[in-house]
Amino acid sequence: MDVKKYIVKQISVFSENRPGRLAAIAHALGEENVNILAFSIAEADGFGVVRALVDHPETAKKKLTALGFNVAFTDVIAVRMKDKPGGLYEIAKLLGDANINIEYSYAYSGREGAVLILRVDHVEEAIEKIGAYGAELIESKVFH
Amino acid sequence: VRSWDPRIEEMPVPELKKMQYRLLKTLVYRLYSFSPFYHDRMMAHKVHPDDIRELSDVRKLPFMFKKDLRDNYPDKFFTASREELVRYHVSSGTTGKPTVVGYTENDIALWTNSLARGLTSCGLGRGDTIQVSYGYGLFTGGLGLHYGAERIGATVLPTSVGNTERQIELMQDLGSTAIACTPSYLLHMGEVADKMGVSIAKDTKLRTAILGAEPWTEKMRERMESWLGIKAYDIYGTSELSGPMFTECTEQNGFHIWSDIALTEIIDPNTGEPVAPGERGELTVTILQKEALPMIRYRIGDITTMDEEPCACGRTHPRVHRIQGRVDDMLIIRGINVFPSQVEHALMGVPEVGQHFQIVVDRKGALDDMMVRVELNPASFSDKITDIMQIRSKVEHRLMNYLNVKANVELVEPGSLPRFEGKSKKVVDRRSL
Repeated sequence: MDVKKYIVKQISVFSENRPGRLAAIAHALGEENVNILAFSIAEADGFGVVRALVDHPETAKKKLTALGFNVAFTDVIAVRMKDKPGGLYEIAKLLGDANINIEYSYAYSGREGAVLILRVDHVEEAIEKIGAYGAELIESKVFH
Repeated sequence: VRSWDPRIEEMPVPELKKMQYRLLKTLVYRLYSFSPFYHDRMMAHKVHPDDIRELSDVRKLPFMFKKDLRDNYPDKFFTASREELVRYHVSSGTTGKPTVVGYTENDIALWTNSLARGLTSCGLGRGDTIQVSYGYGLFTGGLGLHYGAERIGATVLPTSVGNTERQIELMQDLGSTAIACTPSYLLHMGEVADKMGVSIAKDTKLRTAILGAEPWTEKMRERMESWLGIKAYDIYGTSELSGPMFTECTEQNGFHIWSDIALTEIIDPNTGEPVAPGERGELTVTILQKEALPMIRYRIGDITTMDEEPCACGRTHPRVHRIQGRVDDMLIIRGINVFPSQVEHALMGVPEVGQHFQIVVDRKGALDDMMVRVELNPASFSDKITDIMQIRSKVEHRLMNYLNVKANVELVEPGSLPRFEGKSKKVVDRRSL
């Protein structure tokens, strides 16, 4: 199995926790015609990290960096979930049993059902396990 | 050229002290006779010029403060007539009324010679191109360095401050070998050069920086020297002394204060008594040879230490170490003295954060609350909150170790803290509001 094609490039943006910062990020991406497919905000005392899957990550990074934002690429994986009870349990247990740690996760509901975005400590191993289990991984070319 | 004026610069200490005594005696007689201010002040202190019988008798004389200059605004202090003045400089006056300094022709020559000695001691001379990126005008930095650099036969590129991209282009095109500016402006210049794709270390001939007019630290020197491929020298002065006056020599271990120009004391700011040799205290200066605006025991308000041992460079004049703070910049946080320079020093050891910072002091209930805002370095940014929290607590621990008082740290976006092209203002004290 070609694990590389399932590695999805997420952009992570450091942001001060004050009004207008998300608007500034979103406006910048809009200006560059970059579409946000999924995103989440993690907040701490005084700052936050905005994480997003976008259709043109390089363009997004270039634009945001030019505006002075701290931007990093992070490898994540996307799993299409069965829309029924116990779906999340299966994936979480699978990774837990393989001793793969989920650093964080978020989800979005697309036209073809729910999608789980996972940031794990061993990306390629996680892709192999999930693939072998038979769950549906989404290729990165679907996003970018 | 090793020394500009070897006879004076390498004069044996006993002879230097004799010269200082002679100059002091003359100065005190002159001011007692011709300056109503000094006459009255000496009368009030019950001291007469005849009481000055050896150099250490300078301690019998009354102190002079910035307030005295302000109270005598603009020129009531001058001991030269209006016809003898060839120039004025006016200090920025950020903490009160501006201070006006007048110069006779001899005063300009004295200042210029002091800098000629200093610049030579940094290894500069004929063949060097010195870019003067201090402000020209009422501020003393630009014109002072300009005259000093011309005196030693260097070529001056008088760029003044600002228009940074053009300055970097000129630095490349005309091959500046040295620059004189504030340390924060050189940092700014380095950042702008990086953005332009220019490496100051590789793409320019810049090898020497003469940095002053605001406090900076040893760590900052290390960082700038390795980043920009230069040797950075501290320069010291205030407008009351004439302007930038004294520089470090190639030993980079404190600036030589020329004893024929100034008699230096380090005193305890609270008691006015001299501190033990090598101890920290307030720099106090008697300017021995100025005509228009001489000073006796002028308390500049800068906190530092002095070393009177002869320097390895061969010069016998005492060295004053870099300024560690201001008597009036000192913040008292929950009863602990805190200097912005200590914060700067602490941050320099943390590569995950940038070089710029801002201290915000507030009062939460009855307690002082100190927050240090610092920029997260792009290279250290991680998508994981826990990693960023670790950087923050690392900075907080380090500040606690340096300051002995708790400071909260706020990580901010790179480039978001104000950069100042003149004197940095790094403290926001909201307690007084």
